[in-house]
Amino acid sequence: MSSKIILKFLLRFFVFYLFLFSAVVHALEADLSKNTDLFKRLATGESDDKIIAIHSLVATEHPAALLILQALKNGELSVTPKGVLLIVNDKGALDALTQQMINPAPENLEALMLNNRLRGAVDTALAILNLQSGDKAVRLVAANELLDKAVPELLPGIQKALLKETDKEIKTLLGLLEASIQLGSVDTEIRLKAISVLAESEQSSTSLLLQPFMEKNSEGQFLESDESVRTAAKVALLRINERLVRMEYVGRLFSGISLGSILLLAALGLAITYGLMGVINMAHGELLMIGAYTTFMVQTFFRQYFPSNIDGYLLAAVPASFIVAALVGMALERSVIRHLYGRPLETLLATWGISLLLIQGIRTVFGAQNVEVSNPSWMSGGYQVASNLILTYNRIVIIFFALFVLLLVWLLLNKTRLGLFVRAVTQNRKMADCLGVPTRNIDTWTFGLGSGIAGLGGCALSQIGNVGPDLGQSYIVDSFMVVVLGGVGQLAGTVSGALGLGIVNKFLEPLSGPVMAKILILVFIIIFIQRRPQGLFALKGRVVEH
Amino acid sequence: MTTITKLYGVKGWLTLALFSAGVMILVPVLNLAVSSSNPLHISDYSVSLMGKIMCYAVVALAIDLIWGYAGILSLGHGLFFALGGYAMGMYLMRMIGTEGQYHSHLPDFMVFLDWKELPWYWTGSDHFWFAALLVVLVPGLLAFVFGYFAFRSRIKGVYFSIITQALTFAFMLLFFRNETGFGGNNGFTDFKRIIGFALADPATKTGLFMATGLFLIMALLLCRYIVTSKFGRVLAAIRDHESRLMFCGYNPLGYKLFVWTLSAVLCGIAGALYVPQVGIINPGEMSPGNSIEIAIWAAVGGRGTLIGPLMGAAIVNGAKSWFTVAFPEYWLYFLGLLFVGVTLYMPAGVVGVAQQVKARFK
Repeated sequence: MSSKIILKFLLRFFVFYLFLFSAVVHALEADLSKNTDLFKRLATGESDDKIIAIHSLVATEHPAALLILQALKNGELSVTPKGVLLIVNDKGALDALTQQMINPAPENLEALMLNNRLRGAVDTALAILNLQSGDKAVRLVAANELLDKAVPELLPGIQKALLKETDKEIKTLLGLLEASIQLGSVDTEIRLKAISVLAESEQSSTSLLLQPFMEKNSEGQFLESDESVRTAAKVALLRINERLVRMEYVGRLFSGISLGSILLLAALGLAITYGLMGVINMAHGELLMIGAYTTFMVQTFFRQYFPSNIDGYLLAAVPASFIVAALVGMALERSVIRHLYGRPLETLLATWGISLLLIQGIRTVFGAQNVEVSNPSWMSGGYQVASNLILTYNRIVIIFFALFVLLLVWLLLNKTRLGLFVRAVTQNRKMADCLGVPTRNIDTWTFGLGSGIAGLGGCALSQIGNVGPDLGQSYIVDSFMVVVLGGVGQLAGTVSGALGLGIVNKFLEPLSGPVMAKILILVFIIIFIQRRPQGLFALKGRVVEH
Repeated sequence: MTTITKLYGVKGWLTLALFSAGVMILVPVLNLAVSSSNPLHISDYSVSLMGKIMCYAVVALAIDLIWGYAGILSLGHGLFFALGGYAMGMYLMRMIGTEGQYHSHLPDFMVFLDWKELPWYWTGSDHFWFAALLVVLVPGLLAFVFGYFAFRSRIKGVYFSIITQALTFAFMLLFFRNETGFGGNNGFTDFKRIIGFALADPATKTGLFMATGLFLIMALLLCRYIVTSKFGRVLAAIRDHESRLMFCGYNPLGYKLFVWTLSAVLCGIAGALYVPQVGIINPGEMSPGNSIEIAIWAAVGGRGTLIGPLMGAAIVNGAKSWFTVAFPEYWLYFLGLLFVGVTLYMPAGVVGVAQQVKARFK
């Protein structure tokens, strides 16, 4: 019973309050059109007076309000000894009230100074005024600025803007603002409505706004007296949390896929040289590094000769890194690896030696320090899905790039004559030889292809990490793990190995920390290999040893 | 390949005797008794360097036992070496007592991490016998368990090499963590004494040097005994054609597991002798690069000869000490070329070249 009475009373009170407020506003409006009292308060009043004047200026929608407040913010607002407000800048002096130029500028001007409190008030007032701007971008910035300054005085301005607003994004923001102010309303209905609006919000800060509804004061009573409001707030909090957790999982999945595609790019070349040819190439990581350094050189070249098209350097770097790494790979095959076919352990040692030579060679040419490779402008930034989830463009680009390279390799192996030869040599070298396949040349081309793919991987890695002589060393163990886990000789195995490792890694990290996650995964792979020595995707049929 | 059945011939024993006389008498006398102004004097630095290289030689011997005779290439032997080193390091850390920077009975890094007491796995580390036990048991058990599962699933060849590399990599990451309780990045250092002898004392250093030399000779004899026995013949059969051996009714698991574990234990003891001589142990010893370098020592000397890897370890590490002082930036070029050159042109290593030369003059 009694709650109903209180409710009625509060409702009346709120209506009265609204009425009173609009009356004040009207009075002020009349006041401004009549005389310059408001301006005087702004010019000569104390801080409190000035803040009231600033708020009134906004409420009256005076045409000069925006101009005056901006001048105040920029320190261009001055006052004459007689108390007339002037906007003084390098164009001359302007009477703030009448908008007329005053020539010459009067003497003895005193600039209006701002303290922090005043500056805050001016900023808020400007944001409110900007909500009425014709430019969508300006309105968006203003709405965002107001988000953490929700105070009851702003309500009329926001509501007015909300009525006129057509853009969906800004409208949502303003709705949120209105709701967060209305949370403090005395009317239960309005509070309930505000809570339901906030429950749908994407901002992570809203849960902070709703938290007080769950708290008790020192006497053990809830701060919020109405039971239904409390329940609504509780439900809203649950929903917000649920959404945040869901987004966090989506975020982890995304970074897992992103890590997986990086691993895929690093391991795909190895899947060809090791998986198809059976060559243990410990210098594979250094081929990645060569791809990354080629990207760096292409960038330097563009900076030097095409500074206006610098963003396009990456498109040129992709084929360049493929070609350079492929050439290095083919040279290695011809000079060293070819002589060691059938002796995998020796190949391992020799290619390790090559990797040392390449690392030291890069150090001699480029220095031991990391070189700087910057993202093109179209790759920086990100797409905001929710307040706690941003998908950065460079990661998205790399995921698609990995898909592109995968498609390229698949097409090459399955749809071209070279691919046919490669598969033939892999399956039965002698028979292929008898049928006229130039097996020795095919070896060189296959190795070149694998190395070129590693170069592409290096080009991609240069966009997300440091480029230095040790770049390859940090990927070699991971790449081998991917290929070994996925199973030798199968692209599908490599893909699932890479994605699996990436996603598992990212989901383990919050539980155990990044280093422990990596150790756990290595241990897991070691155990897994004991159970399934052929990897995830084993070649079916009889496998001949030796 | 001719089959060797006896331990050593007259010449072999003579060489061994000469070597042990050099290690046990000549070097200590020249180091301790001859004054430092005399040109024949051997400095403390040289004694430590030679001791260090002899530790490496034991590791090369251990690699040769499994790679040269059983055909198993391990890229993770640095791990067993480091584990032996860490087991000894724990004891040496406890022997610092309260003379550390923080004057606590805890090792300095624990004080730094604000730990109040020793973790449980440091229990007993203040006894030398316990440390000695750990030096053998920790690498031995790890190798046994890992080897049992790997060999049982018949993982071999390159697969096995890559997995051992992953194993040492995982351990390196683990030991880099401060929370693991082994000093993180910095590992153990600033040792003061071992079984009561001050480590800074030249006599202690020479003593450690002599112990290393003795251990090297014993390890060599043990390995030689194994490879000349019937057991060694089975190992060679595993290396040359494992499936054929299985068809003959042998189960290679036990043979492989035994040499694998023995090899790890040898590495562990070598690591334990290494740490007091160089005065530091850190997770860098477990890096995959270190373990691969061990394989090249054996390859340079000549695999499957036992004596070759000893020379290989001495040549490569001697060159390393010289290069890193004289031309630090060329050391990796040299090492890289060594890897490529030896595998391409000297598959039988230094020993093989010596045999070729000998054959030509016959």
